[in-house]
Amino acid sequence: MIREDAHLVSNLFAEDLVKKATRDGYGEGLLELGGINNDVWALCGDLTTSTRAKAFAEAFPDRFVEAGVAEQNMAGIAAGLALEGKIPFASSFACFSPGRNWDQIRVSIAYSEANVKIASSHTGLEVGGDGASHQACEDIAMMRALPNFIVVAPCDAIETKKAVFAAAEHVGPVYIRFAREKTALFTTGKTPFEIGRAVTLTDGDDAAIIACGTMVYLSLLAAKSMFDSGMSVRVVDMHTIKPLDEEIVVKAASECGCIVTVEEHQVYGGLGGAVAEVLGREYPVPLEIIGVNDLFGESGKAAELWEKYGLTSTSIAKATKKAIKRKGAFGKRRAA
Amino acid sequence: MAIVLTDLEIAELEKMANTLRQDVIRMTASVGQGHLGGPLGMAEVFSALYFKVLRHDPKNPDWGERSRFILSNGHICPVQYAALARSGYFPVEELTTYRKINSRLQGHPHVGSLPGIENSGGPLGQGISQAVGRALAALQAGWKHRVYCMTSDGEHDEGQTWEALLFAGSRHLRNLTVLLDRNNIQIDYHTERYIPLEPLVDKYHAFKWHVIEIDGHNVRQVVEACDHANDIFDGPTVVICHAIPGKGVDYMENDPEWHDSTLTSEQAEEALRNLRVVEDEIDRKIATLKGRVAA
Ligand SMILES: [Mg+2]
Repeated sequence: MIREDAHLVSNLFAEDLVKKATRDGYGEGLLELGGINNDVWALCGDLTTSTRAKAFAEAFPDRFVEAGVAEQNMAGIAAGLALEGKIPFASSFACFSPGRNWDQIRVSIAYSEANVKIASSHTGLEVGGDGASHQACEDIAMMRALPNFIVVAPCDAIETKKAVFAAAEHVGPVYIRFAREKTALFTTGKTPFEIGRAVTLTDGDDAAIIACGTMVYLSLLAAKSMFDSGMSVRVVDMHTIKPLDEEIVVKAASECGCIVTVEEHQVYGGLGGAVAEVLGREYPVPLEIIGVNDLFGESGKAAELWEKYGLTSTSIAKATKKAIKRKGAFGKRRAA
Repeated sequence: MAIVLTDLEIAELEKMANTLRQDVIRMTASVGQGHLGGPLGMAEVFSALYFKVLRHDPKNPDWGERSRFILSNGHICPVQYAALARSGYFPVEELTTYRKINSRLQGHPHVGSLPGIENSGGPLGQGISQAVGRALAALQAGWKHRVYCMTSDGEHDEGQTWEALLFAGSRHLRNLTVLLDRNNIQIDYHTERYIPLEPLVDKYHAFKWHVIEIDGHNVRQVVEACDHANDIFDGPTVVICHAIPGKGVDYMENDPEWHDSTLTSEQAEEALRNLRVVEDEIDRKIATLKGRVAA
């Protein structure tokens, strides 16, 4: 079931699997990158501990900008730095950046094709106790709509670190979303990562689950449970939502006949929307979109929120079975 | 070392301001839309900037040591486009493509479309932050060039403007000069009517900025203020350029209605006639001054 070329950890489904927050992958990646590339700058809006930009700020104070609680100005400063040839990573919570400063990102960065990396933590419901105001579940939609932007949602801390390096390598605006809570560390240094190229983690042809961010590991758990009851489910880590790896989506549709998308984001305008756009155009098959169902979250523990809002391996498996059932009926409603 | 301008240089900058005004009228009349009040009011400032203050090379727009110029109030770009064309960045004939399809002269400036444009702008309040980013990059690298940013009074309604001012003042960005078009109008009304900006100088002082107030139609004052700012080492400088919107076209002066309005061809002709009368006066002055130099 697990593909060898995905190079996942050997104890993938073990109880004692190491957990690490994707924001830690960001902080480590940024620090390492700063040591080898003098053009890399970081900015942060009074959240260096939370976004993990702190290590960079301490190591490279002359290339760090504490912007204060002023994300609009932070985005503009980042644009100015980029237009001077620097590679700025502007860090904050996604509810503030791009939540607060989307206009500045749109005009000063995207329209100018400024080489800015918007790096945002605290995405999804798993932000937890802070409640709905801080649980950014709209950021993929916001950023995906912007011309010139690449949108990346890595699945674990190791992939986040790779995404930081890849973002620096790419000349042009990049949005990287990551998260607060510790989640399974299940990829390895050998797991392939290239912007715009999804990674197929498991083989299967009964259904394909296309997931991003924190939901990739839960999708693997869902596939495992279905495998144990005789179904083979393909799991795709769609770390880049824009540009979407359309080839892998069409391949999954043609070989599996149905698709489920999973993301910690609103069901409108995110990964599910992006996949639906491709399927509608290229290869219509039954599609189930799992995400935050057009709702605001609330305070609670991450696991409790995932449970309450239907973001669990059980709900993913249930949706996958539903998609498989719909295969036979697909198109009949229209015909009738 | 202080810049000393001769009377002839002053007259030539005044003549250029007049030329920029005529260009602005022709551009907006040609497309039947665009902004007038701000561009006409800033003609002396742009003349002084592009023909005296800024270090730049139109043949090498990306020259590393150039002065950076950010236009925050992007809607007044007709006067910047005119100044760029008259400096030699692109042919003057191209000016009348402003706002037309397939043009490099977008309705609001787009970096990358046209040589000499350093930022994309239009939505108000975004320029000073970008100037701050450029100023930080220069200070960190020890680059000597200066960063200039033109902003409008209307833009001071925007929160981002104050975020940027607070930041720049607290960081003592000594390589940053902001030129403020203090023409007292915004789109719908005079600036002091609903959300008054005064006392503006006090606000800048409170934000740790050095303030110079000038007559924005006096090219000597523009040049001297920018020169003075070079000698201020403890923080950023704002040059508040008191200006008359629509300056040079009598029926537009001080009227918010002309912030952006459609010119009829008769109105454009009248405006150009107005301006040519002034141009003739400046030409006579220049001839006299040259005669004096020759003698
Ligand atoms: Mg004004």
